[in-house]
Amino acid sequence: MKYVVWGLVVLLIVLHQDNWLWDNDTLVFGFLPITLAFHMGISLAAGITWFLAVKFAWPSELHIDEEQSSSNPEGGDA
Amino acid sequence: MMLATINGGAIVLIIISVYLAMLLGLGLFSARLFRGTSKDYMVASHSIGPFLLLMSLFGTTMTAFALVGSTGESYKEGVGVYGMLASSSGIIHSLCFFLIGVKLWKLGRANGYTTQVQFFRDRLESDRFGLLLFPVLVGLVIPYLLIGVLAAGTVINGVTRGAFPELFAETAGGAPPWLASLVICCVVLLYVFFGGMRGTAWANAFQTMVFMVLGLVTFYMIATKLGGQDTFLANMREASQAVDKEYMTRSHIPKLKFLTYMFVPLSVAMFPHLFQHWLTAKSASSFKLPVVAHPLFIMVVWAPCVLIGIWATTDLASVPDAVPANAVLPFLVKKLAGPVLGGLLTAGILAAIMSSLDSQFLCLGTIFTEDIVVHYGGENRFSEKQIVLMARLFIVAIVALTYLFSLFEPRRVFTMGVWCFSGFSALFPLVLAALYWRRLTLAGAYASVVAVIISWTLLFRDSQFGKDANYDFLGMMPVATMITCSAVALVVVSLLTKPPSEATLRKFFPE
Repeated sequence: MKYVVWGLVVLLIVLHQDNWLWDNDTLVFGFLPITLAFHMGISLAAGITWFLAVKFAWPSELHIDEEQSSSNPEGGDA
Repeated sequence: MMLATINGGAIVLIIISVYLAMLLGLGLFSARLFRGTSKDYMVASHSIGPFLLLMSLFGTTMTAFALVGSTGESYKEGVGVYGMLASSSGIIHSLCFFLIGVKLWKLGRANGYTTQVQFFRDRLESDRFGLLLFPVLVGLVIPYLLIGVLAAGTVINGVTRGAFPELFAETAGGAPPWLASLVICCVVLLYVFFGGMRGTAWANAFQTMVFMVLGLVTFYMIATKLGGQDTFLANMREASQAVDKEYMTRSHIPKLKFLTYMFVPLSVAMFPHLFQHWLTAKSASSFKLPVVAHPLFIMVVWAPCVLIGIWATTDLASVPDAVPANAVLPFLVKKLAGPVLGGLLTAGILAAIMSSLDSQFLCLGTIFTEDIVVHYGGENRFSEKQIVLMARLFIVAIVALTYLFSLFEPRRVFTMGVWCFSGFSALFPLVLAALYWRRLTLAGAYASVVAVIISWTLLFRDSQFGKDANYDFLGMMPVATMITCSAVALVVVSLLTKPPSEATLRKFFPE
């Protein structure tokens, strides 16, 4: 799954260059230029991808650290 | 009744004053939670949870550019600016938080770092490396600070014009920029001075909410009035259908330039003020919410502003040619929404400016204290109280110096914005290698920083010192060349020189 997540990040970077929409002036829903709509889609997809990243690609050693620090808390709520 | 007797500019000024007073109150309240230690003052005792971390990171990375600049740029360039500056940042900023921020937080917690220079000195086993990196970081932050201070003065002067024709006759009746900048500097100074990092994080969270909500309210008000139709959707359709094709596409943006613009947001990996915010996190898990929500927050702020920018190019908006691009949003607010919303929007713009200024002031105070005075004076020489006092005095000095610089009206500093970001981005290979490449050596790090200094200087000179706003090198953004020079120098020199000691490798790359 970790590799899928990083694959999605690379895919996002590739899709971000959307050469195929460069001269397209279609309006989505009658008001949203398709270039803007596509890149808003990229922002949403980035949110989803990063959600998958923190779920499936979070460094395993951090889980161990969290468990150790929760048994010996240092800070407090801001 | 009372509002009817006060002119528009004065209403705006009253709203701004109320907003600043609220902000000051919040900052001073947070100071009551101060625990008296330098760690608490500089990194809030690593106590910031996910929500505050999200808001403070987002508020720090978004400047006034997010509201007025985004509208102005789309007014000039069309919808392509969203891809160049917003969706790219959504991918790259979160990538940096994930790959760089979390790892630096972990090392910072384990080894007690509060500044980047401390980390690099330790990782590269070199005291002198700090002496090279320190001026580079400070030199790149200062123009960024000046932009904020000057922008605050300009914004307040613009929206209060005509309010006090006798008192401020020389500045068309508006609050003079020097006075407005002074007030903003004093407000930020007060809550940073007393509240330290905790006050800064709280103020950032409050200000981020303010500019996000007010941005959306402004969009709704403008969108419902611009098209002259009955419904919100019908108005938006009317406005968009009136836009010329060139503003709805990227036909005038070179593809290579668009592609290489993606290197610019890498700058967040080396912002010293962001490093300090990362270290405030209570746990590694605190990073999860910022990593996920950051791209969505960028979309919420940028997409409405970009739409307003392209609508402003139509006859429906009738923006006079004399109105500069960055004044398009305030112009439309004034025309379509009246002084109350104008005042609120101005508060939102100032919120975006101040939520970056505060972190930068605190960060410079911290690095002067930690990297120079404490480092060379000796760690055990000063008490906690003395270190906090020094940090506060440095912050006062930096605010005063920045303000004095701003009085010389260095308008050219505005052209420095993208160059500062490019400089930080060019240092990205250094921080990436320091965290993930065991073979990085001190000589490789020196070579990388020197390559950044040389390539940045040559390209900046070639752009007529920033005067050529559309400057590119070989059809690419100059940052692409700088990053290439930095990465190549780092890899080649590291491979040719002696690897770091086993002790350092064990410390930074435990099995």
